[in-house]
Formats: sequence, structure tokens, C-alpha cells
Amino acid sequence: MGNVIKVGMADLQIAKGSDSLITLGLGSCVGVALYDPVSKVGGLLHAMLPDSTQIHQNSNKAKFVDTGLDILISKMVDAGASKSRLKAKLAGGAKMFAFNDNSNLGGIGDRNAEAAKKKLRTLGIRLIAEDTGLNYGRTVELYCENGDYHIRSVGHGVKII
Amino acid sequence: MSKLNLDQMNDLYADVLKELGNIGAGHATTALSQMLDMRIDMRVPNVKLLTFKELPSVISAEDEPIVGIFLLVESDIAGNMMFVLRLSSAHYLVNRLLGRADDYDEPFDEMDVSALKELGNIITGSYLNALSELTGMRIAASVPYISIDMAGAIMSVPAIEFGKYGDKALLIESEFGDEVMIEGYFILLPELDSYDKILASLGINV
Repeated sequence: MGNVIKVGMADLQIAKGSDSLITLGLGSCVGVALYDPVSKVGGLLHAMLPDSTQIHQNSNKAKFVDTGLDILISKMVDAGASKSRLKAKLAGGAKMFAFNDNSNLGGIGDRNAEAAKKKLRTLGIRLIAEDTGLNYGRTVELYCENGDYHIRSVGHGVKII
Repeated sequence: MSKLNLDQMNDLYADVLKELGNIGAGHATTALSQMLDMRIDMRVPNVKLLTFKELPSVISAEDEPIVGIFLLVESDIAGNMMFVLRLSSAHYLVNRLLGRADDYDEPFDEMDVSALKELGNIITGSYLNALSELTGMRIAASVPYISIDMAGAIMSVPAIEFGKYGDKALLIESEFGDEVMIEGYFILLPELDSYDKILASLGINV
């Protein structure tokens, strides 16, 4: 068994080989997992907001989907991954309270997931699986041995994507 | 644009917000005491400015379920408010309210959830009333929204709101109870302009 490396809110980490990356209790934030199957380098971004250009205080790059993914990829490449081999899996973006969908608060989970998909398209990275939306929290873990992304929740069992 | 940056909040603001927290939580305790018809004491609340790394796990482990009750705040000030309880505390309060044995801890049914919403409504409502009296501003709250889920997932909602303005969140921790002390957490999320209004109404120049 390798090490389990924790990724906090507005945070990103990379790992390799037998290690795994975990985020506990993902809500309306998104957990974007990137993986290179050849070098077995994995990366996990726990972003809170879709777009750094919409926010005045944007110095914390890992807080945003757009800037967070740029940094995550450059760290993974430094660790031996090839950008052209990266595949993405996406989880989170839930709506934790039953707010109106059109409200700023109600739509944030969806907007985070959409922003992740758009940024991945721009980067030319294929999204191969996702478990997003709905109304519950998720604990996600990316295993760098094989790229499996395990998703646990309260009362909804375990999913592997 | 507000001049106040939460990340650079000085001692004066912290003291004012703490005092607001104190008075609000005091009113909330009185309301709870009347609702449950028992004597409830409250300890002086603790106001904490936390980073996003600290916030999700301050109440319990990030993947353990907690109860969050969320309200939209409007009128003279705009923003949101959340009241958070550990699952064990929520069970205790619901059991008291519904006249059950203290150790009953079956999963919450529809009736329990509506009792919890009502508790949240009373607690946050009296909190906001105190704030309204103190500042002379009209403050109205929406119906309560409830979520029972992983602590990290529930805390992500206020964290995202704070995240628009900075890298920290403000948490008011209060402890109340009789023989069993219950910890409840208030998270006040006024929009930044509203912070200025609250402080200005108290005669503090931002």
C-alpha cells in the first residue's frame, strides 16, 4: 500500500505509482482527476469556483477550475507525465441545499462542473467519466496505480469510475 | 466595492463581530429554552477566522454527516446565514422537542427533519432579530433549507460564498445546553457591502 495524500478545499496535489489522492466530503466544489497511465502520475484538483477572471481576489490559483487545471498539468508534466496522454475524470458539483436553480447559490455546482468540462476541451484532454450534480456530498480517491476514481457518499454506496 | 477585506480584518472588527455573535447567540438560546421548556445556559461564543483548509473539518471529520440549516438574508442587508450542528446534537434536540428518550438515534424521518428546520428557524430567526435591534436595520430571512450530509460537503456552500471575496471564512462557535452541552456553529455571510453597513450602523468607520 502506498501513501494516501490529502487534497483540501481550494488545493491541488499530485502523486505517483502506488500512492493515492483523496478529498473528503466534496460538495458543490469539483474534484478534477487527471491521470497518465504510462508514467502512472495522477493529479487531483479541488476547485471551489469556475472562473478566476470573474473574481477580484484570485491569487489562490487552486481555488478556480481554470487556473487550477493549468497548474495541476504543469506539476504533473514536471513529475514525468505527458500532457498528450492525460485523461480526466470529474466528480462533485452537487447542489447541497434545495435552492432555486436560477439563483447564484443554487447553480454553483453545475457551473463548476461545466467550467471543468469547458477547460478540459480547451486543453484537449478527454473527459472519460463523471459523477456530478445531484444533491449529496462525495468523498473521492484517485488511485495512481490504475487511474481508478472511487466515489463514496452517505447512503448512495461506492462507485468506481 | 467594500473597503473591508476579511483576510485583513483587524481586532476591532473581530471584537464587533464577536459581540454581535454573542448577543445573537444569547437571543437564540433564550428562544431555544422557551421552545424546549428547559433551562439552557450558553458559553461566550468564540469567533474564528478560518482558512478553507481548516473550515471543513472544524465541526467534525470532513466525511462525517452533520446537519446544516441555511437561510437567505435580505432587506437592508443581503447575504446568507447557516447554522450547523453535529448529528448527535441534532438528535438530542429533536428528541427533546418531540418528547422522546435521549438515546433514540434512528435516522431522521420527515417529522424529525421538519422539527430540525423549525429549530433552525427559531435559532437563526432570534439571532437575526438581535442583529436587527442592535443595528436598527430591517433584516428578513427566507424559509430554512436543510441538508444532512458530509461536513465537508455542507461547509463547501458557505466556503464558496466566502471564496468570492478572499481566502478565509468567519465562524461563530457557541455552546449551549443544560446537563448536556451542545455545540452549534453560526456562519454569517453578509455580502461585503453589508459588513460595512452593519459596522457603520454601530458607529464604526470602515
